[in-house]
Amino acid sequence: MNRIETVFSQLKSQNRAALIPFITAGDPDSATTVAIMHRLTQAGVDLIELGVPFSDPMADGPTIQRSSERALKHRISLKDVFSMVAEFRKSNQSTPVVLMGYANPVEAMGYRNFIQAASQAGVDGVLVVDYPPEESAEWVRNLKEQNIDPIFLLSPTTPESRIKHVAELASGYVYYVSLKGVTGASHLDLHEVGNKVSQLRSHIRIPIGVGFGIRDEQTARSVAEQADAVVIGSRIVEEIEHSPAENLLANVGALVESLRRAIDAKSAL
Amino acid sequence: MKIYDLPDKRGHFGPYGGTFVAETLISALDELCRQYEHYRNDVEFQTEFFQELKHYVGRPSPIYHAKRWSEYLGGAQILLKREDLNHTGAHKINNTVGQALLARRMGKRRIIAETGAGQHGVASATVAARYGMECVVYMGSEDVKRQATNVYRMKLLGATVIPVDSGSRTLKDALNEAMRDWVTNVSCTYYIIGTVAGPHPYPMMVRDFQAIIGNEAKQQMQEEYGRQPDALIACVGGGSNAIGLFYPYISEENVRMIGVEAAGKGIDTHEHAATLVTGRPGVLHGNRTYLIQDENGQIIETHSISAGLDYPGVGPEHAWLKDCGRAEYVAVTDDEALAAFHALCRFEGIIPALESSHALAYAAKLAPTLDKDQLLLVNLSGRGDKDMATVAEQSGISL
Repeated sequence: MNRIETVFSQLKSQNRAALIPFITAGDPDSATTVAIMHRLTQAGVDLIELGVPFSDPMADGPTIQRSSERALKHRISLKDVFSMVAEFRKSNQSTPVVLMGYANPVEAMGYRNFIQAASQAGVDGVLVVDYPPEESAEWVRNLKEQNIDPIFLLSPTTPESRIKHVAELASGYVYYVSLKGVTGASHLDLHEVGNKVSQLRSHIRIPIGVGFGIRDEQTARSVAEQADAVVIGSRIVEEIEHSPAENLLANVGALVESLRRAIDAKSAL
Repeated sequence: MKIYDLPDKRGHFGPYGGTFVAETLISALDELCRQYEHYRNDVEFQTEFFQELKHYVGRPSPIYHAKRWSEYLGGAQILLKREDLNHTGAHKINNTVGQALLARRMGKRRIIAETGAGQHGVASATVAARYGMECVVYMGSEDVKRQATNVYRMKLLGATVIPVDSGSRTLKDALNEAMRDWVTNVSCTYYIIGTVAGPHPYPMMVRDFQAIIGNEAKQQMQEEYGRQPDALIACVGGGSNAIGLFYPYISEENVRMIGVEAAGKGIDTHEHAATLVTGRPGVLHGNRTYLIQDENGQIIETHSISAGLDYPGVGPEHAWLKDCGRAEYVAVTDDEALAAFHALCRFEGIIPALESSHALAYAAKLAPTLDKDQLLLVNLSGRGDKDMATVAEQSGISL
């Protein structure tokens, strides 16, 4: 069993939903990113999505765009991202790390080099926003050979036929984008999310995470009642953006602890 | 010879093209493919399209022999395909008419568009007014400053222009923002991409709508000159005017096809937009193609005196035509383009767009190396009225 499967099977036995934070690697700088990752695990997260900064993040709203721009000011490259993961792995062998980003940095490095470096650094899954299943056959095969999970997105506009296709390719978990829009938007329809997650369950055997538009404890808790994992990105990235350096870890920690409590409250219902 | 039938069903031109977008857009693109596939073979749609091109755009555009300039250059004869004479002053309207007619049939009342120089934005705002649709145009805030007249023109036509402040604040960022709008409003909105880039079916569809340029040229050349030109020359930013001229000629192997990119301040500087000449393949804006990027795969800001060529990518079909050797791609500098701009003004009484001036500049280099009976057909893709301020500034004049 790999780290992602282990985490989800433990949570399942405890009837708890996973809390998955997203942060951008290199925001505000490389050293702080590793410290934030450790602080996140102390605060009780189950898996970390680490964003690979890109100059043209088309699926992201302004908050995550700015985090990418901050990271790119330090010229953060994929090599730097792998170093951060390797550094994190020196003292954490259990928390899965999923890289999330766009195709071109992967293309520039080459599939095989990328996958080899990811495997060596201790990466558990990869989500490339602009590699849809149709363009991904070889990519998925190569990832799976190295025991790295290809994570795919599903959206409110995904028809049933495609859900089946994604179900065949995906491993680890699938990431349901809970609204039509970019990251950080705020018009989440919880009822619709519930319906769609039930529909997904009839085709998808692996855990279902829900993200985009989850900004507060109450929404996180409601989503946790329906999904196997709650993904929170922009809200945490905002905290990183607005915190003075000396309070950054404490603020992020406090925010994530409150989200953790909200999510766990669902199993106590 | 082998019949050219690209792209394949999923929009691939060899290794290029394809559909590299986030999941939320896939079903909208699938729907667009289905609808376009239907209407491209629909007689009633095609009839309306050609009627609109004739009566609203003013087609066919003539081929004009630039006799005085050719004589001065002392070599091949330079012929100009006069897309500058179209309504709104450029080839862009061919495509926006086609896509607006499609949007209307798909029941979409809101159209969005990205624009660099503003020509595609104006062409989109124009057809939105013509067909009674809401229109939102995304434009980099740098370009909003550089192209104030076109911004005002779009507003006159009833469009909302939204300045984009992210990234380099130019065309690529406007495209990112239009994609974000589309993801958010996908059920009611039609996205009119202005060039032969983006995810499938855009590169194919925009090419098909622009192919009127080459199809007319083929017929006009036969009627007026009794033969086809020796070479076609067109500027390439995203590449829609070039592919429109080239596509009908792909199987005519004795006709050279030359795409001219923007070398800006020189391809050995970092300030240029010569994607095919200097770039490497990658994935951006929904397709695999050549890109101007750094060693880490980050997209680099480009430069050209012409806002319409200031783009770090290029249509995937051009990437394929380059790799298979069917078309040649070269680059000319800002200064060379400006010199050709002034030459056409003085020798022919035609003020060309700065984009088209790149094609003219290469024609001016090539013509003297060829015999006087050779024919070069240059796509004069747009008129230069929009560039008055830029050109004046280069001459130290403030308008």
